[in-house]
Amino acid sequence: MERIEVGGISLEAWVGGSGPPLLFLHGGDYWLQNRACLDRLTQRFRVVAPRHPGFGSSPRPSWFRTVHDIAYLYLDLIDRLALDRPLVVGSSLGGWIALEMAVRDPGRIGRLVLIDSVGVKFGARDERDFADIYALPADEVLRRTFADPTAAPDYTKLSDTELEDIARDRQATALYGWKPYLHDPALGHWLHRVKAAALVLWGEQDGIAPPAYGERLAAALPNARFTGIAAAGHYPQIEQPQAVADAITRFAQENRP
Amino acid sequence: MTANGTNGMQVWHFSEMAYHPAWPQLEDTYRVTVPSRLFDPKVGADLYHRYLDEWALCDELGINIMTNEHHATATCADSVCTIPMAILARETKKVRLLALGMLIGNRNDPIRVAEEYSMIDVLSRGRVEMGFVKGVPFEISPANTNPADLMERFWEAHDLILKAMTTHDGPFNWEGTHFQYRSVNVWPRPYQQPHPPVWMPVGSEGSAREAAERGITIGVLNTGWVRTPAIFQAYRDTAAKAGREMSPKNLAYMALIGVGETREEGHRRADHILGYSRTSGIVSPQFANPPGYVSPAINAQMLKSGGASAARATRVQTKDGHPINPRTMSVEQAVDAGLSFAGTPDDVFDQLKAFYHHVGGFGHLLMMGQGGTLDHADTVANLTLFSKEVLPRLSELG
Repeated sequence: MERIEVGGISLEAWVGGSGPPLLFLHGGDYWLQNRACLDRLTQRFRVVAPRHPGFGSSPRPSWFRTVHDIAYLYLDLIDRLALDRPLVVGSSLGGWIALEMAVRDPGRIGRLVLIDSVGVKFGARDERDFADIYALPADEVLRRTFADPTAAPDYTKLSDTELEDIARDRQATALYGWKPYLHDPALGHWLHRVKAAALVLWGEQDGIAPPAYGERLAAALPNARFTGIAAAGHYPQIEQPQAVADAITRFAQENRP
Repeated sequence: MTANGTNGMQVWHFSEMAYHPAWPQLEDTYRVTVPSRLFDPKVGADLYHRYLDEWALCDELGINIMTNEHHATATCADSVCTIPMAILARETKKVRLLALGMLIGNRNDPIRVAEEYSMIDVLSRGRVEMGFVKGVPFEISPANTNPADLMERFWEAHDLILKAMTTHDGPFNWEGTHFQYRSVNVWPRPYQQPHPPVWMPVGSEGSAREAAERGITIGVLNTGWVRTPAIFQAYRDTAAKAGREMSPKNLAYMALIGVGETREEGHRRADHILGYSRTSGIVSPQFANPPGYVSPAINAQMLKSGGASAARATRVQTKDGHPINPRTMSVEQAVDAGLSFAGTPDDVFDQLKAFYHHVGGFGHLLMMGQGGTLDHADTVANLTLFSKEVLPRLSELG
């Protein structure tokens, strides 16, 4: 594990590989399980994967309260590490952060990959775009998260430190995403500012943010295409790391900034 | 005079105004998701009025009044603790009125809280004691407040409410992290100066310390024989360290009390009241521990051991430390655990006295004199007998 110093915050991070820069923004849970896909991506890219403020051992300044704060921090991080128009890959909550970055500073982002992203509200006020992970029984959340729930990590095998990091991940996800639930009410109105070509990758069995939502998100972006990943739920990079790494690599080759 | 200034142990009658007629239809959860079609408003109206009658009777019996609130639940139909309090502010003349209380980390408008407490304090001519409550974890969902920064919001609301109640020179500005007002100017100002006494329920040594630092009276609920002494001691130690004068009146303990002419009658009443303990923890597990409600270290242990429900299930213990299942707890077990005092007036006094000395003393007895399915006649008899036969002996304590 490395640490990246940015904005006075020492972020826990994975950094590896060489090639064009790829900034990976993780989702609310299962940080450790992203590793298999990121290892594959390091064969083609210089991968930088920070753990968001408040998650794991990354501290959160007390005034950091919204996804907007994380978006500005990562725009600073792009400068700090001199990443030249990186490919930004965001999973779930990380996709929301990537979108907030893209509408703020469209020229800074080379291309965008949104994996089962949240962040935009499309439905009516009495409809829910995302399953309420805080109100569903734990086993149903697992069934909706993974195409194969037996792939979920066995917590009895983790160390106390790893478990405390996971507890902090969940607390931080709630802090940033509790209300409004996993979205920014204004974000949908700014999506026209996303100039980068975008690949919207979606687990075909995602029961948290359903594929129909992903298609709607792709349609709302100026230059995006939707691709489903078979045998995967909300975190296809965890369940199908090779398929996701291949899709990202192909997209990057076809859409050079 | 405030209850905090009187001599001898103060007693408070508490009822959750349970809507028990729905209970036979409930199994896995009594809270959050229970549909309100199970509440019959005609039955509910009768229940509200009889619970209020029982509280009003307390004015004659010399027993103070305690209300509370819960949301989206059949265990407690009192969803606004200041409503019965407001009614009783006029129906009673002597006893004090405690709400334990307002979930100030969950209410979005602390100024409204200051207004409600101030208005009832004036109406009652200074008989309000105001509780500020973190709330059980399953209150988060009905309020949809962020659990990850609940206590930060709680303390900001606390500070703002007290400043609003004690500022009398016109509007002030408040631009905090969670609450923003450019013109705070609460009318009426409270009857008691500088403000009504502040209470807070606590269930751990950590929160007892936070309360002690601020001189807040703590109400300790459902912690029993095993867990209560350390909580009270943490309060005393912190108060001493902070140089605060310590009084037993800073400490309150809640017990389910069934008293009868015979031991059997007292136990029968306690058995009905225990409906509270047997139902109040029944909630779908996903609502029992929203993220951030407890520390990452505690959550890490819960991830290992199977979640919050498992942790909650071991909270009730016998005197020698054996866990008791709260859903099936008998009166004898509840008495052993120190959750209940039950039997004849002598039994109840002896149990209370033993508990009092075991925990190092306290100044307030929060008496759940009605709970669960205990009916009106039994509640009146319970309260009346307690006031005649037990209350006069409490000057020996407190």
